[in-house]
Amino acid sequence: MTDRLGWSRWMRPLLALVVLVAVWQLILTLTGVPRYILPSPMAVCRALIEQRGLLAHHAGITAIEIVAGLIGGILLGLATALALARFRALRRTLLPLLLISQAIPLFALAPILMLWLGYGIGPKILMAMVIIYFPVASTGYDGLRQTPQGWLDLARTFGLSRRQRLLKVQLPAALPSLASGLRMAASAAPIGAVIGEWVGSSQGLGYLMLNANARLQIDLMFAALVVLVAFALLLYFGVDAALRLAMPWQQDRITTDD
Amino acid sequence: MPPPGLLVRQASLIFGDRPLFHDLQACFDASSWTCLLGRSGSGKSSLLRMIASLKLPDNHHIDLETSDGSPLTGRLAWMAQQDLLVPWQRVAGNVMLSAHWRGRPTPADRQRAGQLLEQVGLADKADQWPDELSGGQRQRVALARTLFENASVVLMDEPFSAVDAITRLELHELASRLLANRTVIMVTHDPLEALRLADRILILKGEPARLVSIGVPEGSRPRPLDDSELQRRQAELVTQLREPDHD
Repeated sequence: MTDRLGWSRWMRPLLALVVLVAVWQLILTLTGVPRYILPSPMAVCRALIEQRGLLAHHAGITAIEIVAGLIGGILLGLATALALARFRALRRTLLPLLLISQAIPLFALAPILMLWLGYGIGPKILMAMVIIYFPVASTGYDGLRQTPQGWLDLARTFGLSRRQRLLKVQLPAALPSLASGLRMAASAAPIGAVIGEWVGSSQGLGYLMLNANARLQIDLMFAALVVLVAFALLLYFGVDAALRLAMPWQQDRITTDD
Repeated sequence: MPPPGLLVRQASLIFGDRPLFHDLQACFDASSWTCLLGRSGSGKSSLLRMIASLKLPDNHHIDLETSDGSPLTGRLAWMAQQDLLVPWQRVAGNVMLSAHWRGRPTPADRQRAGQLLEQVGLADKADQWPDELSGGQRQRVALARTLFENASVVLMDEPFSAVDAITRLELHELASRLLANRTVIMVTHDPLEALRLADRILILKGEPARLVSIGVPEGSRPRPLDDSELQRRQAELVTQLREPDHD
């Protein structure tokens, strides 16, 4: 059983990757697309190895932006969700604002943040935070609001204060809903950072990609993309693992789901 | 402190613009077990929620007095049809849920939770997650959680209706033993359950509803199923429940 689970957990994604690379190579061989449009998998591999120093430097910057944005966005989103659930007056004012903030396209926001906060790492962190904040705040608030009535009844007969009720009953009850928001946030976080880098920066994977593109170093550009995809996957599975640790009672259900 | 009796006065409940009951009076003797019956929608669960001062969406009012004059808060335990076990606590944690929610359980709390689990026959399940238990086992954990509070008044809303018939009979015996000497009010759909457990049976019937008191068989709880008087009374009770109101 564990053997089969282990197989499906690691071998299937690996198989998908192999198929993807094979199709990639097949397209190259069949259509004869010039290498400066689509590099071969081998060329990308070579770029990954040969330019590892350069890639590592820029990847490090982007990683810091993503992780800082993720932490900041999650904390802020969680605080918003708790505040919204706790204070009725806040809901009337903050909830519409939250929706409006969601209507502003991120691409339009990036140049403004750049203008205000400069060229450095700050606006990129902020971009990542903005993109993460909303799913965390909205799924968190939804989860807090939808506590089953029966548990609230128990809380009432136990004589809990509103604060105890929020932190001990509503918050753990909201975890499954919040978890889906956190997973969404984890996969969206790199987008925020890279958009920030595209709009204006002198380092980071987004900058490296633009730069490589301009110099027709398409293999390097693809290598940067590979690193970025690896980040996104790592982040997703990292968050997923952390969530499993935070919800040990769901562990069995998830693994036997397959 | 001995369990108090309860006196309900001027209870009224309006569902939309239809009064379910109005100016209702009821007395629940100290240390007695009262079963509250009625057809679906008669307002019996709402009445119980009103006594527990739980939230109700509908317009309602109640004057509640205790026989010893002290308020009911802190002396009341609630048990519902759903077991209400929280998935993020293990079985023992669910038994001492009130201690977890108020702060941190003390060693004495843990010991007490262990004793209660032993009493409901689940001592070996203490470290499991609620998901791993059967419906009957979960309801026994809920019973242990209800007992953990050591409340002198226990309000139960169809607590055994979600389990199979045999488990229900076993739960009757367990609950009857463990809840002895407390003031219990239990809402139920099941006439047989009421006749096995109650010292007194009240039926909520009519529109607007009144409370009708029904006699119970002699003998101590839980009364055996083959008791001939129990069988006779069951037929009587069902007739009472089905009979339209002649007001």
